[in-house]
Amino acid sequence: MKTSEVFKGPFLLVFLFAVLVLLLPSLVSNYYVGLVIQIFILAIFAMSLDLLVGHTGLPSMGHAAYFGVAAYATGFLYFAGIKNFWLVVVLGMGLGGLTAALFGLLAIRARGPYFMLITLALSQVLWGIAFKWRSLTRGDDGLPGIGRPGIGLGIDLKPDPHFYYFVFVIFLIVLVALFILVRSPFGYTLRGIRESESRMKALGYPVWLYKYLGFIFAGVFAGISGVLWVYYTGFVNPSNFGIDLSVKALLMLILGGSGSLFGPVIGSGIIVLLENLVSGFTERWSLVLGIIYVAVIMLFSEGIFSGIKRGRN
Amino acid sequence: MKALDLQALSKNFGGLRAIRNVSLEIEEGERRAIIGPNGAGKTTLFHLISGFLFPSSGHISLMGRDVTTLQAYQRAALGIARTFQVTNLFQKLTLFENILLGVQAIQKARFCFYRRVMSFRGIVNETERLLKEWSLWEKKDVLLKNLSYGEQRQIEVIIALATRPRLLLLDEPTAGLAPAETTLVTSIIKGLPREITTLLIEHDMDVAFEIAEKITVLHFGSILAEGSLEQIKGNPKVTEIYLG
Repeated sequence: MKTSEVFKGPFLLVFLFAVLVLLLPSLVSNYYVGLVIQIFILAIFAMSLDLLVGHTGLPSMGHAAYFGVAAYATGFLYFAGIKNFWLVVVLGMGLGGLTAALFGLLAIRARGPYFMLITLALSQVLWGIAFKWRSLTRGDDGLPGIGRPGIGLGIDLKPDPHFYYFVFVIFLIVLVALFILVRSPFGYTLRGIRESESRMKALGYPVWLYKYLGFIFAGVFAGISGVLWVYYTGFVNPSNFGIDLSVKALLMLILGGSGSLFGPVIGSGIIVLLENLVSGFTERWSLVLGIIYVAVIMLFSEGIFSGIKRGRN
Repeated sequence: MKALDLQALSKNFGGLRAIRNVSLEIEEGERRAIIGPNGAGKTTLFHLISGFLFPSSGHISLMGRDVTTLQAYQRAALGIARTFQVTNLFQKLTLFENILLGVQAIQKARFCFYRRVMSFRGIVNETERLLKEWSLWEKKDVLLKNLSYGEQRQIEVIIALATRPRLLLLDEPTAGLAPAETTLVTSIIKGLPREITTLLIEHDMDVAFEIAEKITVLHFGSILAEGSLEQIKGNPKVTEIYLG
């Protein structure tokens, strides 16, 4: 496999996929439309994490921090009367980025397992605040009753199919933005750092600064997913900061394949569908999921996306 | 002008005095080899010059400018490039991407995140030029880890050259190479433009004598001798500790 092939992607498949996406709400029930909404939102979240894990080589275990900050911001803003999506998403991205800018100062000095632990600890601090500061966050009751935002243009997002198309458009915008970012000089530099920090220093790259900026970018994009998630589910609670969510995103990268753009999307699709479909058949769905995860990791150690590509070659 | 000026440089690791009061001057355009037995402190000296380690005492000047407290990447920006004794490249990137990262390192565009790197004609053309110059163009899409060890040692030198250095530090460029490959890498280094000041660590005496005009012998962290090839070959102390 050549690294540059990761970028070519199967364009015909993408086209068919796009047609399917457009027709979906008229083909399936609202339940499945809802699942696909979740897939797109969590794909944005997983892609933002992939910027750190797959491209820069920073295995963050606390990526839910930026998702959660944006989620709570969306909730607070809603109850403060601010319901314009564009304003909220810009604030959510800003707060996600700001939180990452603060956490990055503490986390980026650490490496490998220490980096994992410090990012986990920092996100758990936010979880603790959301859980315990009841007067502000209402603890684990969360903040229910958050309605869909206005986006202008006379479009009502309340029906799920409308919201579905809207989320898809945002997903595409994020996909294109990340597509450019990972191919930019900045993106190449991140992958250089993943491969060899010392070589990058010797070439004259300020490695710390690049990691820090990459960390902030990841927080900004995670913020978008947090905002969308709250508008989809209609409530905020401490699990938006939870380790489950951070680990779920990592699993998406492992299953789909990290360091590519389609990998996290495929991973998100698999996990959301499995969780919802398997839990419909058996109470022991987490056992089934565990077995599937282990099997996939053993069979496709670089993720399903690279597995498919290797099969094609 | 002096390309590099080390003044009374020392480096201690706890009780181990790895570099002891080393003073060294290298003129611009000079080709100097540092030789010495294992553990003499050659690589430590390179780490001090390139900013990967900081000295316990003493000063380092590059092109007349004191760089003692500058970070490695800042020194690189002032014109120091180095290779590594153990091949240190981007194994999971293609050859093209490896060289591109070297070329891009000195461009302002390296922070750009909103434009594809392939749209920067200057960076792409320079990468192409280097690959063609070193007859590696047809391998540009090969992942670096799939290239031979000999090719990787060559690329160590080429990626350092991509940053257009004024001072090039080569840490055992021929380590582990077969004789034919050693000849190739040696001729590459000998063919470098004279305005690139070259400082070379070498285990292989023949290579050192072939490339350098002047030799510095390091022993237990101090300079034991310095001079032309004949002076070094004729120095009884050097013969005793090194040439045997």
